[in-house]
Amino acid sequence: MTIALTQMRFSAATEPLFGVFHLNVAPGEVVALIGPSGVGKTTLLRMIAGLEPGYDGRILIGGAPVNVAPPPGFVFQDARLLPWLDAAANLRAVRPGMTDTEVEELLARVGLAGLGAAFPRQLSGGMQRRLGLARAISVNPGLLLLDEPFVSLDRAVVADLQALFRTIFAAENPTVILVSHDPEDAARLADRVVILADRPLRIAADLRLTGTGADRSPQDVARLVETILTAQLEVRR
Amino acid sequence: MTSLIWQRARSGRASRSSLRGAGLDQNASELTFANRGPFSARLEWFSLPLLLVLWQGAAMVAASRFFPSPAVVAAEVVDLTLHGHLVKDFAKTLLRTFLGFVVAMGLGGVLGFVLGRVRGLDRLFGPWVVVGLNMPAVVIAVICYIWLGLSEFALVLAVVINKTPLVITTIREGVRSLSPDYDELAAVFRMPMARRIRLIHVPQLMPFVMTAARTGLALIWKMVLVFEVLGSDGGVGFRVGIFFQYFDMAGILAYTVVFVAMVMLIEHGALRPLERRVARWRQDPP
Repeated sequence: MTIALTQMRFSAATEPLFGVFHLNVAPGEVVALIGPSGVGKTTLLRMIAGLEPGYDGRILIGGAPVNVAPPPGFVFQDARLLPWLDAAANLRAVRPGMTDTEVEELLARVGLAGLGAAFPRQLSGGMQRRLGLARAISVNPGLLLLDEPFVSLDRAVVADLQALFRTIFAAENPTVILVSHDPEDAARLADRVVILADRPLRIAADLRLTGTGADRSPQDVARLVETILTAQLEVRR
Repeated sequence: MTSLIWQRARSGRASRSSLRGAGLDQNASELTFANRGPFSARLEWFSLPLLLVLWQGAAMVAASRFFPSPAVVAAEVVDLTLHGHLVKDFAKTLLRTFLGFVVAMGLGGVLGFVLGRVRGLDRLFGPWVVVGLNMPAVVIAVICYIWLGLSEFALVLAVVINKTPLVITTIREGVRSLSPDYDELAAVFRMPMARRIRLIHVPQLMPFVMTAARTGLALIWKMVLVFEVLGSDGGVGFRVGIFFQYFDMAGILAYTVVFVAMVMLIEHGALRPLERRVARWRQDPP
């Protein structure tokens, strides 16, 4: 994936959110975008998803512009399920051709076996996020865009979900862009951490993390969190 | 423990203190109210018989041919069904109501959706909707009758012109309240327009559609009857007009009773089941 922007602003009166901005993401790489709230992480993710077309420059996914490239597997901050559809119908809403077997297999992969007939309100918060992940995988397991997927969840649920994400990453080897404000999310899941700062937005630090999320021990995670926090502090100075 | 108390609460066996102890205090009053449900439901069964008893009593006190008793009216219903035009009149009125309802809901639904989505068109045609909402129904009927003659088409057209602005207004409000989050979901997963409308827009609009249907049906019934009095060759309104000329209260009330029964049948046989089906996803699992 290649992101090469020259300018992006929300209205003529405001300061541009992006100036000249370049980011290359290799296939199969898990990149965490870290930065303070409001810096433009989610906007960048929305631009990659094709939701923010008003920019100068180009974003290429597998060599194709975003409006031509296959839709990404997007995981929203909230589960954003359609409450009037059951779990199976939520999957079929974005990929209508799925057979019953495919639906059941996918639900089983995310730990929701046998819950195809359950409506979202009958699922816990963690289960709803799992269904949101299943929906993203059903559309495009090769490119996952994760917008703060662990907000408003307690730590036990987050740990379960992160284990699930690692399993999916290992099985599908997708290209992943993870937006988060929490260095620990990045340390547990990412291969690379891009720290964003300032306006116009710039890459303040680009860290390659050793190992993969699945291999890291709690001590490794703690050390990587320390590294990311140190880099963030240096950016602020 | 909590689930046990919930089960008891649902079956009406939990005390308020046990609910508080289980941290379910905020639901306590609601559950206590719900426990009164079966008795309230039984009360509903007494409602219509009570009305009949009061009617019978008032008729006996009045002792006038202008205030017939329920028994007299019931006999009149049987007589008009077997020897009069009751069945034919109701068939005509029902058909007119059905046609007016379907066309007004369809047309108003589409126009309301378009005006809710396209701001420019709403600015251009919004005042027309306001004019339509405030035009007296009788004036529209008279104009239609003068221009098109005393025909079925003129009557149904008058109903449609009267009702459509109300449907447009309701559906337009629904469209304006559509969640942008779900639009974003549809955009990110590149859902085609037909699927967006079917899976994202229509379910969000259903409460507004049901409101438009319920208020619309109530309004259309009344309009059809008034327009039938004004000019038609049959129907409930037409017949009630004739009864009025002869001061035939038994006939008027006979038609009224059958009319109310029909409306109740549609309410309980069609609208409420449809409403339950639409709201299925909000209900507790069985």
